[in-house]
Amino acid sequence: MFRFPTRLLGAAVALGLAAANPAFAQQLELKLMAPAAPGGGWDQTARSMQQALVASGVARSVQVTNVPGAGGSVGIAQFVNGAKGDGNQMMVNGFVMVGALAMNKSPVTLEQVTPIARLTEEIQVIVVPANSPIKNAQDLAAAVKADIAKVTFAGGSAGGVDHVMAALFAGAVGADPKKINYIPFSGGGESLAAILGGKVTAGISGLSEYEGQIKSGKLRALGVTSEKRIAGSDIPTFREQGVDLVIANWRSVVAPPGITPEQRKTLSDAVEKMVKSDAWKEILKQKGWEDAYLGGDAFADFLKKEAVRVTDVLKSVGLVKS
Amino acid sequence: MIDTFAALAHGMAVAIQPMNLLYALIGVFLGTAVGVLPGIGPALTVALLLPVTYKLDPGGSLIMFAGIYYGGMYGGSTTAILINTPGESASMATALEGNKMAKAGRGGPALATSAIGSFVAGTIATIGLAFLAPWLVDVAVRFGPEDYFALMCVAFVTVSATFGDSPVRGLTSLFIGLTLGLVGIDKLTGQARLAFGVPELLDGVEVTTLAVGLFAVGEALYVASRRRHTEEKLEPVRGSLWMTKEDWKRSWKPWLRGTMFGFPIGALPAGGAEIPTFLSYSTEKRLTKHPEEFGKGAIEGVAGPEAANNASAAGTLVPLLTLGLPTSATAAMMLAGFQQYGLNPGPLLFAERPDLVWGLIASLFIANCMLLVLNLPLVGLWVRLLAVPQPWLYAGILVFATMGTIAAKPSAIELSMLAGFGVLGFLMRRFDFPIAPVVVGLILGPIAESQLRRALAISLGDPMTLAQSPISATLLAVALIALLAPFVLKGLGRFKANED
Repeated sequence: MFRFPTRLLGAAVALGLAAANPAFAQQLELKLMAPAAPGGGWDQTARSMQQALVASGVARSVQVTNVPGAGGSVGIAQFVNGAKGDGNQMMVNGFVMVGALAMNKSPVTLEQVTPIARLTEEIQVIVVPANSPIKNAQDLAAAVKADIAKVTFAGGSAGGVDHVMAALFAGAVGADPKKINYIPFSGGGESLAAILGGKVTAGISGLSEYEGQIKSGKLRALGVTSEKRIAGSDIPTFREQGVDLVIANWRSVVAPPGITPEQRKTLSDAVEKMVKSDAWKEILKQKGWEDAYLGGDAFADFLKKEAVRVTDVLKSVGLVKS
Repeated sequence: MIDTFAALAHGMAVAIQPMNLLYALIGVFLGTAVGVLPGIGPALTVALLLPVTYKLDPGGSLIMFAGIYYGGMYGGSTTAILINTPGESASMATALEGNKMAKAGRGGPALATSAIGSFVAGTIATIGLAFLAPWLVDVAVRFGPEDYFALMCVAFVTVSATFGDSPVRGLTSLFIGLTLGLVGIDKLTGQARLAFGVPELLDGVEVTTLAVGLFAVGEALYVASRRRHTEEKLEPVRGSLWMTKEDWKRSWKPWLRGTMFGFPIGALPAGGAEIPTFLSYSTEKRLTKHPEEFGKGAIEGVAGPEAANNASAAGTLVPLLTLGLPTSATAAMMLAGFQQYGLNPGPLLFAERPDLVWGLIASLFIANCMLLVLNLPLVGLWVRLLAVPQPWLYAGILVFATMGTIAAKPSAIELSMLAGFGVLGFLMRRFDFPIAPVVVGLILGPIAESQLRRALAISLGDPMTLAQSPISATLLAVALIALLAPFVLKGLGRFKANED
């Protein structure tokens, strides 16, 4: 009981000093939660942030904790309840959490956290095996329209970004998203084996995951989901092929509910500084993540819109009961 | 072939650089240490080391990761044999006979056969990795969901026939495991099943929690309950500490057979280490010349599964290196390790960075030798552990099991589950139900279910897809024969008897 006020006091002193003198900004001692097991995308994001925040001198120390479970549902519940009002804690999250919270009927929602910033995104791709008769997005669209049940899509877990994307593709080409034949595989590239073995029509995943296979010619990329072509890549976007499909697997960072505007500003400034640091840029290059920094109210707005879009899609495929 | 030799020789040259040798040594040492702790597996260790190794050169740190991987496999079996606490699910089959051997004062030979068997299997499998990888991976991707389902059927039939005194008891245990396997989010529809609104249950029951609860906690409770009646006297060493001539004679065939199960199944993208270890155990039980010893500490039951366990670890590297396909948690972490250096494992890796790939393969040989050197002298020390007075030993086991569980998942619910499974394990021991099928059900049930449903989704609900794939048809026929053969043979036997 004694520790709590002392910690608050310490934080207040640190913040006060930070506000008074920018040189003291590096007194920040942050706790960063990755609501997933070590090794996954969120964990890697958290540990990369830890590395960049310390290397760039924005924070003196960053402690990463892992709270795995149910697409982040367990982590966010603990975060919202346990870190309320603590201006030294943040949590990594992303696209998958939006769907997971809706599907698990989580009592805690993303509206309760304080948005800080979107950090990265990964462009998605649809691939077919090299010997497939389907050559481009229009061929796939034609196949989907002819008999949607016979077109099998392999991708990651049910309700994740790959699943949502399959439904959006069907909707964009004028088929009924409810009827898509989506086959979820557990992570770890199990779906890649099914695609290479010709067991399914097409595969959906993050571009970086299949890049090696595409370059070696074992897989053919039908299209990517970015708005414009990726620099230096000859894979066409879906938009240029007449399919309105833009989606990205984004990752972001949020703060607990109930923090003061000053605390929010300190965290936002720290993250912004980190994003601009060389250490962060180096990490992005290594991991193949796209810089998708979006801060402040623009991010809060984006988060709201994305939640509506994802929930609608999940309702349309019957994963979330309305 | 010649190319492969030249490349391997080059890889050896990379691996025996003093710094790389040091990384391999650190790796196997860390791996052995964490393998001993239940819950903290090699995957978690690699994950925690990733940021640390960021500054090292790619070759060195990958060599270290490979050492951790192999070391973890060794460490897990040590605790399985000595204190009936499998460090990870792959060493569960080892615990079955291994711990019985340890209790009968034959812990030394059990540890030795497991260390040497792992070495033999690891070496053969690494050679397989060097020469067969490109070919094997082509076969592996042809394995479709229906084929995996058929493979699971074979595993279910052999396992339920192997364990327990009666099939009914074995099947009862298996169904408890299958039910536990249903808990959590259904992988295909995303709906929660049997989770009762507890968010921690949404990801399903953790295999290590169940295994440690049933094996270690259950055992501790059982021993405590018997203590008043008769105090069991444990002799750390009875007879030879080392393997006798007879032990060698009984071990070498299981080693080779275990490798034959472990390597190919480990190379399958959804194969894993559990199926080959249990298939190996079942096979050895059936082929042994000493069936009366099974269940009381038969050395074949340790030698086979241990070899299978290690061979599958090498098998896992086949899809990882050739396709960039991680098929186990540790392999996934190693993939992250590759990506940290901007390397994408896959068909191009062999061409782009041959020094790295062959250096890694060569250092697997070296890691194997180091593990043997590290582990054999320790056998004498480890078995001394059994001389610790029973109350202390079991109290220690309880602390150990609890710590491991908390480390893996810091949650009160996980701990309550551990306690609950401990009571279940106690009751099952008390009323003579075999324990292993529960864990088998939990591991294989969900895989079998989702593979079957995937197969049916792809074939638009036509069950004939199971018979149309030649692999699946063959495996299902094997399962059917294994199921019916005992009855048919019994019938024939009766027929013969009547003739007399």
